[in-house]
Amino acid sequence: MASSTGEARRIILDLLRAAGARAVIKSKCMTSEEIHLNAAMEADGYGVVESDLGEFIQQLRGEPPYHFVFPCMHVRRGEISDLFTRHLGSPPTDDPEELTMIARRHMRRLYVEADVGITGANFLVAETGQISITENEGNARLTAGLPRVHIALAGIEKVVERLDDLAVLLPMLATAGTGQPLTCYNTLYSGPRRPGECDGPEEMHVVLLDNRRTAILADPEQRDSLHCIRCGACLNVCPIFKNVGGFTYGTTYQGPIGSVITPHLRGLADWNHLSGASSLCGACTDACPVRIDIHHHLLHNRRNAARCAPHRWERLGHRLFAFVAARPWLFALAGRVGRLTLPVAKWLRPPLLAQWLDSRDLPPAPRHSFRSQWSFRGRRS
Amino acid sequence: MSAPAPAGRSARDTILARVREALAAPAPLPHLAHHAPQPAAGGLPILSTGASRPWLPDGGDTPAETMNIFVENLGKLRAVVHRLPDMSAAADLVFTLTRERDWRRIAHHRHPLVAPLLAGVPCATYCVDDHGHCVDDHGHCVDDHGGPSGAESAAAKDALEGCDAGITGCEALVAQTGSILVSSATCGGRGLSVLPPVHLVIATADQVVATLGDALEEARQRHAGRLPSMLSFITGPSRTGDIERILVLGAHGPRELIVIIVDDARA
Repeated sequence: MASSTGEARRIILDLLRAAGARAVIKSKCMTSEEIHLNAAMEADGYGVVESDLGEFIQQLRGEPPYHFVFPCMHVRRGEISDLFTRHLGSPPTDDPEELTMIARRHMRRLYVEADVGITGANFLVAETGQISITENEGNARLTAGLPRVHIALAGIEKVVERLDDLAVLLPMLATAGTGQPLTCYNTLYSGPRRPGECDGPEEMHVVLLDNRRTAILADPEQRDSLHCIRCGACLNVCPIFKNVGGFTYGTTYQGPIGSVITPHLRGLADWNHLSGASSLCGACTDACPVRIDIHHHLLHNRRNAARCAPHRWERLGHRLFAFVAARPWLFALAGRVGRLTLPVAKWLRPPLLAQWLDSRDLPPAPRHSFRSQWSFRGRRS
Repeated sequence: MSAPAPAGRSARDTILARVREALAAPAPLPHLAHHAPQPAAGGLPILSTGASRPWLPDGGDTPAETMNIFVENLGKLRAVVHRLPDMSAAADLVFTLTRERDWRRIAHHRHPLVAPLLAGVPCATYCVDDHGHCVDDHGHCVDDHGGPSGAESAAAKDALEGCDAGITGCEALVAQTGSILVSSATCGGRGLSVLPPVHLVIATADQVVATLGDALEEARQRHAGRLPSMLSFITGPSRTGDIERILVLGAHGPRELIVIIVDDARA
């Protein structure tokens, strides 16, 4: 069990060292993105390959997943073909089936040769001590089946009471996530190879991560956000997410549920802007199969953020704005200065503005202010 | 990030203490309490919000209904299903498939339903149970010498990877979702049902159950308190939609899933 992301990374790196790992294969695991596991493993000299097709493409691109069910939904087939040609030396093709087969052929030897397989877990069954993994490709089955050591990483909120609960949760996850009645492989693991079984790992380790999940649990108001089964339904219906996509706000968990839990996992002071980036339309709440009150939680986060004392500079900025806005002549002057200096500032990129411009574009400065246009039109009519 | 665990307490104790402390404050489910939909006057009745029904497709009430639903669901999943009267018809089918597809090597495990299929098959066979331990005809362990050694295990993986098809039995067939429940104890371990490009399943008609819950219950009773290290619901051939959300079969697991159901296993 790991309290923090650093502790989880340390536990896994220790396990790899003890196993004498040379080649590591990994199946999709959002919790490993949360603890930045791949970077830590690479820094320690372990080669790791993502086996889920979408995650593999993202790994080659050097990007995190864009959507937690469809990691590379923003990438077109032509780009994938170029990527495979560059990294795997495959001939260019625009056929998704051929592209999938290129990845399949590349991966098969890796499954057989890997000595450690790392997976996530969608559910942890308290009654039987099993972990449950949901997937479509078969890569998690191979990752947990062939290597000598199996390591599974999951958040502590994934625990369910009884095995029978899965008879509802597995179809629910599939239907809400991808529209299938059940995904292709839903697999329960309760340990390493048993006597009498012909294959399977010699060791199995399950790493359970807290990383402030207990803080969410301690908040009765937002406790239900731990019920999330990561189906991605709220992402798919969110009018904001549909337009800005998964990379805009730099969170591991994207979309509405990501905006609810990220301030808890990473700190409200730095991440409260996520709850502002919502129209509070409630489409996420309607789509949620486990009925998390997502849009009200965004509102709760706004309230909690407003209760925190604002930053010194933010307070100063507001006071300055109030001073200027209360004096029409000063406001008009400031507007004129802004319109004239904006193109120059864009070109000069002073420190603070440069940071802003890294991820956003500034519109061209209008020639006339709103107030002058208003009075001009008033004169005409 | 979270505070480090105080000296003398393990992370486990710390986390469990935090969980207990957190749960001391009761939390009503706000969404259920405040937003439960009320039917409008004269409007349609609203289904119970606690019902799990919407997520669970029908599994049928009678054996005949259950079988029909299972066969229909497998078709939707692009799996192939053959209903045959007896084992000799099943053996003929496997013979024909082997000829037509030009399979050179078929992987299998020791199982009373699998053995008769391979008796006259016109290609090489590879049994995954031939490594370092013995199982009886029902797939139960009789003698385990600590499992395969490292070299044996590497050779076994290579051998299995080179096979054109894998044949397994199953724990149960689930009508509700068209799934096949396999286990590491009775279906040739973990690799046989997922590594070869074609997966053939042999089952008897009485193995079809209505729901996922029924299948889990079946496995629990068969293994009486000691569940196999892996239980897997296989629902159609391996697939992906990761490239532009276009469906492609055979992502990493089998591209084809063929289910043979015999009515009478004795013949």
